[in-house]
Amino acid sequence: MTSKRCVIALLALAVALGPLAGAVFAQGQSIFIPLLVYRTGPYAPSGVPLANGGTDYLNLLNERDGGINGVKITFEECEMQYDTKQGVECYERLKGKNPVLVNPYSTGITYQLIPKAPVDKIVVHSMGYGMTASADGRWFPWVFNFPMTYWSQASAFVKYAGAQSGGMDKLKGKKIAHIYHNSPYGKEANPTLEVLAKQLGFELTLLAVDHPGQEQKATWLQIRRLNPDWIYISGWGVMNQVAVKEAASIGFKMDQIVGNWWTGTEADVIPAGDGAKGYKSMNFHAPGHGFKVHQDIFKHVYDKGKGAYGTDRSRVGEVLYNRFVINAMFNTEAIRTAMAKFGNKPLTGEQVRWGFENLNLTEKRLEELGMKGMTRPIKVTCENHEGNGLALVQQWDGKNWKIISDWIEPMREVVRPKLEEAAILEAQKLGYTKRDCSKEM
Amino acid sequence: MIYREAGQFKTTYAADQAIFPIVQDRVFVALVALAAFVAVPFWASEYWLQAILIPFLIYALAALGLNLLTGYAGQLSLGTGGFMAVGAYAAFKITTAFPALNIFLVFLLSGLVAACVGLVFGIPSLRIKGFYLAVATLASQFFLIWLFNKVGWFVNYAPSGTITAPPRTVLGLMVTGPQSSAEARYLVALGFVVLFAFVAKNLVRGRVGRSWMAIRDRDIAAEIIGVRPLRTKLLAFGVSSFYCGIAGAELVFLYLGSAETLAFDINLSFLVLFMVIIGGLGSVLGSFLGAAFIVLVPIFLTNAPHALGVNMPVALQKQIELMVFGGLIVFFLIVEPHGLARLWHITKEKLRLWPFPH
Repeated sequence: MTSKRCVIALLALAVALGPLAGAVFAQGQSIFIPLLVYRTGPYAPSGVPLANGGTDYLNLLNERDGGINGVKITFEECEMQYDTKQGVECYERLKGKNPVLVNPYSTGITYQLIPKAPVDKIVVHSMGYGMTASADGRWFPWVFNFPMTYWSQASAFVKYAGAQSGGMDKLKGKKIAHIYHNSPYGKEANPTLEVLAKQLGFELTLLAVDHPGQEQKATWLQIRRLNPDWIYISGWGVMNQVAVKEAASIGFKMDQIVGNWWTGTEADVIPAGDGAKGYKSMNFHAPGHGFKVHQDIFKHVYDKGKGAYGTDRSRVGEVLYNRFVINAMFNTEAIRTAMAKFGNKPLTGEQVRWGFENLNLTEKRLEELGMKGMTRPIKVTCENHEGNGLALVQQWDGKNWKIISDWIEPMREVVRPKLEEAAILEAQKLGYTKRDCSKEM
Repeated sequence: MIYREAGQFKTTYAADQAIFPIVQDRVFVALVALAAFVAVPFWASEYWLQAILIPFLIYALAALGLNLLTGYAGQLSLGTGGFMAVGAYAAFKITTAFPALNIFLVFLLSGLVAACVGLVFGIPSLRIKGFYLAVATLASQFFLIWLFNKVGWFVNYAPSGTITAPPRTVLGLMVTGPQSSAEARYLVALGFVVLFAFVAKNLVRGRVGRSWMAIRDRDIAAEIIGVRPLRTKLLAFGVSSFYCGIAGAELVFLYLGSAETLAFDINLSFLVLFMVIIGGLGSVLGSFLGAAFIVLVPIFLTNAPHALGVNMPVALQKQIELMVFGGLIVFFLIVEPHGLARLWHITKEKLRLWPFPH
């Protein structure tokens, strides 16, 4: 009897009080940045270093400079397990705190948020992921994906493979396999690879791996039969570790495998042990903790006991850790750009959008930020939300990631026209109109 | 004392067979409906509507559909996610091919498409029973998802393979697409759920529902008294898939805005099945209670530590949430194996006798 009453009371409480908690928000004199993170679930191997890099850099700005030009940054994490529905719930919950921008860190969620961005007036910065077509700022004013898109990245990979084979014309007749996560994210590179396959005459095989990617035996069996010259991997989370392990176990030449920049962090290669030696991946920034910004993070964040990794400093500087450090830097520099025009105060979404669109990050500024050599200067324009980013190739030597290539210019002449075509298609779906960039200030 | 039917005499057959024969019930349901249709859109915040109420209504519709099949007709199905995907992709194809078509009509048509697919996948149910049928329907789940992933035609050859809800208006009010207000989408979802809950309630009270239950309770006996297994089982699959199809279309058009096949993976099938089991097999009310439990409790658990002022890392919070949620499911199933709807019935019985239980 009592237990049943207790059950009823519990149920009533759960249903009635439920999410009330989420509805109460306060807004102060600060800029709010929501962080959608995934520290649990099958994507945690990628999600943990990302989330820690982001919080550490934002903490650094608050601790060292008191925020951006004296305006404090507040941020809150929301766990979403790389799941679209949970991500939407997170976004809606944190929206109440008046965020100015959002870094979705999931292509699936980026697709959800793109239509919402102009309505909610929240900038979507999908740094190196998301919808490639959104790089056309004339159609998608609220979405930014600088420094590079998936398509540019794929073209840079082909360029690299060409250079390694002794010239682009040598790619003719070569076999390239693309192993991809069977989701919008993984499929994103396919159109570019298909176009380039036709143009350069290489044979492209597309191999999909279903979510979450723990089961890849069949895929690698196909690889053995096919014996491709190059493998390009678009994986995420646990899929990466499994792919590298499988590649090592079938004895594929590791230096002929190139992951995209989401398929090459420490957590992806360490489980395969020595077998992973020689594995390559794309990147657009340097790995390691040898930059001044890391010394600052140690000094201002970890020495005060506020580090996201607690006392463990060895993981600071991992590839994906640096990824979000760079991401947070882009975010805050865009806000700084907007402040130069609108004043040092909490800004609105529209003002921050202006800051993103007029972001001009110079070599000098990177040096001031302690990131000289870590990434490249970037300039965003109204038409081009992809910026002018370049790609790198890095290689795992068994202990560290080493950069082994120069900066690679993507084949913009191939990518951009396709991108503009796709932008029209995607924008029409949403009923957008093209804006005239010459009228933007 | 308050909940007593003494003095309420039924003088006609119609009154005796009403859905809610007790006056108090009628008043209560009318008040709930009034609150849902009028008060909620006025008072609820966007977060409540968008992140909680709209998914709740959509899942309730899907659970209702599965409950007709599993709860009433006794056919265990794990293909719900697949049938919902059929509805979603059908709605996308229909509305992009005929943009002028009323979106409500599109939802109904996509439900019909899902019903046809459901009929096809229901055929094995004539030979296979119980857990084996669940495995057979599992095949539909994987096949359909694979199909939508593989064939570009379903997504209009979008390179990313996602479907996006285009903006559509009804009577000048935008109900889908990013510009539509959460209130409008909420009201559409609510309207569909109320309509189809009413249809379902009447279906299960009538000849069709009785034949389903006869098949569920003992199919050989049902066959002997003249219930045709083929027609009855396939009808259950068809109607159930129709409900799931509409729920799937709503999931994309009213809730997510854009979706990929991952939104309809096996986890969704399990989720809806859990809603039905926890809510109560063979109960319309149970579908709603189950959906409320599965949708609301995780969100409540996520927000609870924050509201209490406990600051803990999000990862730890998520893990605690999963543990507590799992524990609650086990707890409820032990306390009341017949689901939350049964608890409600027990409460009603107690209320009738209160304050003088014998």
